[in-house]
Amino acid sequence: MKHHTEPYVSTTNACKLCKPLGACLAFRGMEGAIPFLHGSQGCATYMRRYIISHFREPMDIASSSLGEKHAVYGGGPNLKLGIKNVLTKYHAGLIGIASTCLTETIGDDLPMIVREFHGDFPDLLHEHGDPSIVTVSTPSYSGTHMEGFHDAVRATVDQLAVADFPNGRVGVFPGFLSPSDIRYLKEVLDDFGIPATILPDISLTLDGPALDEYEKIPRGGTPISEIKSLGGARSVIEFGRTPARKGTAGTLLESRFGIPLHSIGTPIGLRESDRLFEVLEELSCRETPERHMLARGRLIDSFVDGHKYVFGKKAVVYGEGDLVVGLTSFLAEVGIKPVLCATSTRTGNLERAIGDVLEEFTLASPLVKEGVDFYEIAEEAESLEPDFIIGSSKGYHLARRWNVPLIRVGFPIHDRFGGHRMLHIGYAGAQSLFDLIVNTLIERKQEQSPVGYTYI
Amino acid sequence: MGSTIFSERQNQIVRKGKEPFQIACNKDSLAGAVSQRACVFCGSRVVLYPIADALHLVHGPIGCAAYTWDIRGALSSGPALHRLSFSTDLQEKDVIFGGEEKLERALLELIERHDPKAAFVYSTCIVGIIGDDLDAVCNRVAARKGIPVLPVQSEGFKGNKRAGYNAACKAMFRLIGTGDTSDISPLSINILGDFNLAGEIWIIREYFRKMGLQVVANITGDGRVADIQRAHGAALNVVQCSGSTMDLALMMKEQYGTPFLRVSYFGIEDMAESLYKIADFFLEQDPGMLDRTAALVKEEVDVIYPELLKYRNDLTGKKAAIYVGGAFKAFSLVKAFRLLGMDVVLVGSQTGTEEDYQELSEITDDGTIIVDDSNPLELSSFLQEKDVDVFVGGVKERPIAYKLGVGFCDHNHERKEALEGFVGMLNFAREIHSSVLSPVWRFVPRKTGKKTLQSMRKAEPAS
Repeated sequence: MKHHTEPYVSTTNACKLCKPLGACLAFRGMEGAIPFLHGSQGCATYMRRYIISHFREPMDIASSSLGEKHAVYGGGPNLKLGIKNVLTKYHAGLIGIASTCLTETIGDDLPMIVREFHGDFPDLLHEHGDPSIVTVSTPSYSGTHMEGFHDAVRATVDQLAVADFPNGRVGVFPGFLSPSDIRYLKEVLDDFGIPATILPDISLTLDGPALDEYEKIPRGGTPISEIKSLGGARSVIEFGRTPARKGTAGTLLESRFGIPLHSIGTPIGLRESDRLFEVLEELSCRETPERHMLARGRLIDSFVDGHKYVFGKKAVVYGEGDLVVGLTSFLAEVGIKPVLCATSTRTGNLERAIGDVLEEFTLASPLVKEGVDFYEIAEEAESLEPDFIIGSSKGYHLARRWNVPLIRVGFPIHDRFGGHRMLHIGYAGAQSLFDLIVNTLIERKQEQSPVGYTYI
Repeated sequence: MGSTIFSERQNQIVRKGKEPFQIACNKDSLAGAVSQRACVFCGSRVVLYPIADALHLVHGPIGCAAYTWDIRGALSSGPALHRLSFSTDLQEKDVIFGGEEKLERALLELIERHDPKAAFVYSTCIVGIIGDDLDAVCNRVAARKGIPVLPVQSEGFKGNKRAGYNAACKAMFRLIGTGDTSDISPLSINILGDFNLAGEIWIIREYFRKMGLQVVANITGDGRVADIQRAHGAALNVVQCSGSTMDLALMMKEQYGTPFLRVSYFGIEDMAESLYKIADFFLEQDPGMLDRTAALVKEEVDVIYPELLKYRNDLTGKKAAIYVGGAFKAFSLVKAFRLLGMDVVLVGSQTGTEEDYQELSEITDDGTIIVDDSNPLELSSFLQEKDVDVFVGGVKERPIAYKLGVGFCDHNHERKEALEGFVGMLNFAREIHSSVLSPVWRFVPRKTGKKTLQSMRKAEPAS
């Protein structure tokens, strides 16, 4: 593989997904919501399949199922028919409609069609409990699934949150985390005694119990009433160092309702978790509860116990920008050298964000790449000789080619079991990540040793 | 129950009974109904995907390529270019100014990098709207690079998966007739409609070898461009999978006079019958083939039958549900379940035709639900109503079954066990057995009901 200077025209093995998929995931974390794609049938079906293979949970995405005549004459009538059908069959509390490249290009105006629907069918809407209908523009030719996710959260807040009496709640926009992460986050907020609205909340909707009745819409998710009341929140916490500072749900609440915004990194690793707990201490006027202080102490204790297994190991980190930043921060603090940090999204913020989290670690100065696919990641990383790679399961082919371990984190994990139960954030998440990495490296060493050590 | 069925869809669901059988099908999916169907692009992509030495470039935004990256377990005995995912990843400016230039540059770049034997260029929804001239670009690149570069007219919204099959067949048909056929035996066939999932085509090819047949082209499992180019030299097309490659068989019959036979490699009955049909076709040229086939069938069945009986003992009387893409597979599955002593209580497909459903009604028992283009709400209510033990479908059906505590067997692209051939029937029985007989079902709410932990412990059946 020769090194190139010019960017490639073609994309090989993309390290991203399309925008509407992110929007569907975000809508799935709202109570009683049904994600709805305005486009051709294939989009919804492909995304369902992709999401199901990770979460192993039902993932219904409705579609306006446009055909050729709709593409010519406009998809509005079919969208309205679809909304009607979803209303009558799913009894949704929220219909989250995302556009696709097809409907953006033929020029369907989602907000206008929905306004017309409200005008045409007020009784029908009322009969079904006046569900909220949220629209978000997600053409897949502009941005990735992460932008789709953030845009859907922002659109929901934009269209639903109203000025409200101060209600003492804290709004939390965690970004795209695992159901286990969200469960952990809820526990932490509970332990601080902070009443919070986490948006979205996929902890139950995408990781539910065995059932005897199929739920048309899975239980759980952020209550719609709480989303509406976000205008009265006393404070907002937003995770993620890479999204554009303007245009997130948090900045929207800040500018529209004057709600103080705490913008922090995705709390992966010790220091980024500390930032979260600092903010929670500030908001609750309490010290971090003992159980979390103990978890933190145990984490540091394990860092000490395990430091030699990992020191100086080289890692390639890839995936969604905020995940990459969090992981990079964590790896550096335990002595692992991130050699390449790569994401497919182009926000222009990754380099600065990585620089910020690595500031105190002069050993680590990784190559930082935005807008790359796996072909480019491979090209860049080959000469860096990583000891392991860390990211979604889609990097497996590289791990196999280089004969190095792949530490599976984030989304998707299509080739392992329980990927959606992976915990990434907080002291508990850092602990499980650290154990996983140390054990992976130990296992590799043990396997490759002719001795067959039984004490490591 | 009634509340889960859209009134517009009522005539697409039939319970077999005394009434004459009538079903509506081949309709556009109902908006808002969460159809399990895909799109035109999906149809083309799954058919052409296994051609392992071709470049498969998806011209469109990233999603269409990302969701079909290494999507099928279609194995190759040699090159594996098909397992990479190539896209032009169209951006906003391409949508505004047109994507032809980007497509041409991407094609040249990838052909230089990978040296493929041919390139397929898939059109997606957006390309159909912005009107890129795929033909012109493909022709230019073909002339420059000296390989076939074939546009696949697979704009997602222009129909359903079947339209995609047709577009794929048209693209392949342009390859056929361009290769040398001089060394092809008169006892020769092409295998159409097998995708070599879990190495299945290798099992089938071994049967054909033992019968004394030369296989010219695999279409498309473990497929090669050069083989397809000379496929017109084969004496017969054997066509599996009713939808996907039938159009190609029809085109070849029309243009080259190649006759075809419909076959199925699933289940003992259909597998054996298919081999006999083919032997019968060559009866005049090779009268001994029938005996060789009979010996082959006997040898294979002798090995698996005693094993099957063991599974049958455990499975007799259990209830099965089937929901698959094309109806053809459902025929064989109904028979296979019967062989295992099981009752099929639900059978449906995404894209079956009236004749398909008619045939299904003839081979199923009274009371069986027959459904076209179903959705999760309907399927889950059927599973509950019929108290199904195992559901056969694809990835999208799996969580419906599992969430309700129903066994499941993946009979779709992602399967890792060979289910074709005689040995495939045994694998199928084993897989059904391992799901139905699992002890985990005794713990699921469907069996235990909503109870407190205490009452559940008392009621738990003794093992």
